[in-house]
Amino acid sequence: MSGERVGIVLVSHSAAVATAVAELARGLAGGGDPAPLAVAGGTPDGGLGTSSELIAAAARSVDAGAGVAVLVDLGSAVLTVKALLAEGDGLPERTLLVDAPFVEGAVAALVTAGTGADLEAVAAAASEAYAYRKV
Amino acid sequence: MTESYGAAFVVRWMEAAAGAVEREAGRLTELDSAIGDADHGANLRRGFAAVAEELAKEPPGTPGAVLVTAGRLLISTVGGASGPLYGTLLRRAGKELGEAGEVTRDGLARALAAGVAAVGQLGGAAPGDKTMLDALTPAVAALPESFAAARAAADAGAAATVPLRARKGRAGYLGERSVGHQDPGATSSALLFAALEEVAAG
Repeated sequence: MSGERVGIVLVSHSAAVATAVAELARGLAGGGDPAPLAVAGGTPDGGLGTSSELIAAAARSVDAGAGVAVLVDLGSAVLTVKALLAEGDGLPERTLLVDAPFVEGAVAALVTAGTGADLEAVAAAASEAYAYRKV
Repeated sequence: MTESYGAAFVVRWMEAAAGAVEREAGRLTELDSAIGDADHGANLRRGFAAVAEELAKEPPGTPGAVLVTAGRLLISTVGGASGPLYGTLLRRAGKELGEAGEVTRDGLARALAAGVAAVGQLGGAAPGDKTMLDALTPAVAALPESFAAARAAADAGAAATVPLRARKGRAGYLGERSVGHQDPGATSSALLFAALEEVAAG
């Protein structure tokens, strides 16, 4: 254990969605600075879409050596992160695409990362959000 | 004698593809506005323009390296799902070609088949799902026969997506309402093989 916290990246087609979900997660995690968190929302020109450059920059910015958990919304966000991971460069070495619902997963990941848990535990906590049935 | 093709041929292919996407961007976006989010033409145009620009500036020395460069640029510039999908197709095909200075048509077909398989894996789609695979799969299968056969198979595959019901991507949410529209991704895939035939014909 390095003592460093896992970094979280939120990737959405929309900058507004990514930023708002980050705010929500920070708020529900008790405010302050639970763990490094960055967003990659929309395209660099402010449109809707996915930018590999914004994703790579966000992942590098939260990489403290304990790994980076990436949560995505849908479609090209999923495919772009998968393609970047397959390429083997551009993203920090220990970057993991987390299979989780975007909003609930972001909250679970940030809270768990704030406890100093490792990358696998952060990913597992986010994925577990799928198991919570609302009806 | 079996003809073989070098890096310059693959560069010309990518330039021809960029030209075709530029000419057809309006039609691709129109198709995408029927069942998608109306960005396919603009996205691909941006991506292939970046590819053509980079290849003109610094053309790599082998067919494989040209395809890897093109694939990487598509992933980083397109901004929609077609970026990682086409990027994976070309990059994987390029990696299959390795360091070889020249490639035969059979070799290109084998490399592209590996690329198509990677696209299927990335997107979780199969032929019949109304995606680019419906043009790519028959095109790659026909490529050992001739460039013209590959083009014809891609065109036929794209046309055959009209009656299909989409199962992937945004169009998948439309269910039955996606029937009756030609898939934009299959259409742009056919452009890629039209460009290949055009360049091979000289």
